[in-house]
Amino acid sequence: MSAAELEGENSLLKQRIQQLETELASVQAAAVEPDGQKWALGLDEYRRYGRQMIMPEIGLEGQLRLKRARVLVVGVGGLGCPAAAYLAGAGVGTIGLVDHDVVEASNLHRQILHSTATVGTPKVESALLYLRRLNPHPTYIPHDFALSPSNAIAVFQNYDLVLDCTDHPSLRYLISDAAVLTNIPVVSASALRKDGQLIVLNSPPGHGPCYRCIWPRPPPSPTSCADGGILGPVVGVMGVLQALEAIKLLILPAPSTPAPATMTLFSAWPRLAFRHCRMRARRTGCPGCSPAVERTALADTDYVAFCGADAEGVRLAPEERVAPVEYRSVRESGAPHVLLDVRDPTQFGICHLRGSWSGFPSCVCMCVVPVLTCVDVPFEEFEGASALPALVKEGLSTAEAVYVLCRLGNDSQIVTRMLKDAGVAGGHVWDVRGGIREWARTAPEGFPEY
Amino acid sequence: MATIPITVEFSGGLELLFSNQRTHKLQIPAQDPSGNPANIGFLVSYLCDNLVEAKRKDLFVMDGTVRNGILVLINDSDWELEGEDRYELQGADNILFVSTLHGG
Ligand SMILES: [Zn+2]
Repeated sequence: MSAAELEGENSLLKQRIQQLETELASVQAAAVEPDGQKWALGLDEYRRYGRQMIMPEIGLEGQLRLKRARVLVVGVGGLGCPAAAYLAGAGVGTIGLVDHDVVEASNLHRQILHSTATVGTPKVESALLYLRRLNPHPTYIPHDFALSPSNAIAVFQNYDLVLDCTDHPSLRYLISDAAVLTNIPVVSASALRKDGQLIVLNSPPGHGPCYRCIWPRPPPSPTSCADGGILGPVVGVMGVLQALEAIKLLILPAPSTPAPATMTLFSAWPRLAFRHCRMRARRTGCPGCSPAVERTALADTDYVAFCGADAEGVRLAPEERVAPVEYRSVRESGAPHVLLDVRDPTQFGICHLRGSWSGFPSCVCMCVVPVLTCVDVPFEEFEGASALPALVKEGLSTAEAVYVLCRLGNDSQIVTRMLKDAGVAGGHVWDVRGGIREWARTAPEGFPEY
Repeated sequence: MATIPITVEFSGGLELLFSNQRTHKLQIPAQDPSGNPANIGFLVSYLCDNLVEAKRKDLFVMDGTVRNGILVLINDSDWELEGEDRYELQGADNILFVSTLHGG
C-alpha cells in the first residue's frame, strides 16, 4: 500500500470509530422518561437548539436533519473558522476539518477559532479545542493533512456537503472535481482585502455548474491574503454566509426544478453592498462535470501545474544579493549608498529603515543624511515599465552604490535587475535578500515584522 | 457622434487598474470604428484605450480579450448568458468586471 492509500485508509477507520462512539453516546444520552417515552434528542440538545428549532423553517425535523448531516470544511482559516463555529453551534452531527497548516500570530485577527495560546499548533487541533468547548455533541473528524488528488475522494465520500474555505485556485479546482465525483454540493467562498464572493456549486449534485463551468481557466497570478491583505470581518462575513447556505442545503428538500446558480458579491468598503448575479448553467463538455467527457483520474491530474506554479520572477545570482547582516555592516561602515525601498507607501508607513522620512507628494520618500539616502518608490512604478521611472533615474544619478529592499525579497530582485541593466551606480546594485522581513528577523535590536 | 450612457464597475481589486475608482459613468461611442453597434468586445478595447492604467493593461486583457479569472456581468448576469463579447450595449446598461478572489 502506498503512503497515500494508508493515509486514506487510516482516516476512514478513524472516522468510523468516531461515528460509532457518537452513536453509542447518543444512545446512552437519549433521554428516557419514567414511563419509557423516548425523545428524539438529548434533553440538553432541546435547550441548546431551542432558539432555532422554534423557527418553522427548522422545527424538530430540521434539527434532526442537521444532526444526521456530515459536513466537510476544507481550510480552517479566515473562512473555515467562522463557518465551522456556526455549523457546530447549529448542531451539525458530523464535522470534518481539513488543514495541514499551523496557527500563526498573523492569523489571529480573522481566524476566530485559534488563539494566542494555540500559536504553533496544527490548525485542526486548535479548532477542535474551540469547537468541543462550544458544542460537545457533534462528532469532529480531524484530517490533519493537505488535501491532494490521491486522498480527496476517500475523504469526500464520507460527507454530504463540502465547504471550500481554501486560499488557492489549485485546491478550488480539486475540491470541485472531487465533489462532482462523489456527488455532493460545494459551498464556495473567497475573500481578499475588502471584497468577498460566494457561490454554491454542483447543487443539486449532477445539475448545478461546477467550479470549472464558471472558471474554465485559472487566473495567471492570484493574490493571496498574505500579499494583498484582508480585513477580518470581511472574510468572517463570507464564512458565516457559507454556514448559512450549508444549513439551508441540509434542511431544505432538493427542489424539483433547480434554481439557476447565483453568485453573491460582497463589498465592504467604503459603502456596504451585496450584489447577486445570475450565473451560467453547466457548460456542455465541461471537463469537470460533463458526463460526456472522458476524464482523467483525479490522482493523475496535476492541479498545481494546471494553475501555473507560483511565478518565479527574476532570480538573481547569489553574488548579486546580500544578506541583511551584510547590508547591516555596510550601514555601520558609513559607506555612501542609497537604500531603495520598493514596497508600497502603506507598507513603508508601517516601518522602514532609519535614514528616511515620508512626506513628499506622490508617496515618494527621500532624505539625505550624510552617508545614507533612503528612497521609497513603490514596486508598481517599475512593474510593466520598460525604462526606469524618471524619478528613480534622477534620484540615483549620483549614487555610488544602491541596495534594494522590498517585503520578502522578490520584487526587489526584479528592480535590482532593471537598475543593473540601466547601468545605475556603475552596476553597484545589490538586492537585500529576504526583504524587510528577514531584516526584522535578524535585527538584534528588534524591528517590526508584519 | 452618438454615444450610449452606461455604468462600468470594477471590483475584486480590478479597480486598482482604473484609478482606484469602482464606478465609472461613461458615454461610449454608439458604433465601433467599423460602424457596427458598440458591443462588449468594443467596450473592452475602449477601456484599454481610455481608462485603464496603461502600464498595467496586461492585468485586464490578454490576447485581445478579458483575462482569465475576470468575470463580466451584464446587468448582474454572467455575460455567457448574454452572448459574451457580442452583446450590444444598451443605454443605462451596468457592466461589472469582477476579479476572481482566492483568499480565504
Ligand atoms: Zn462543470
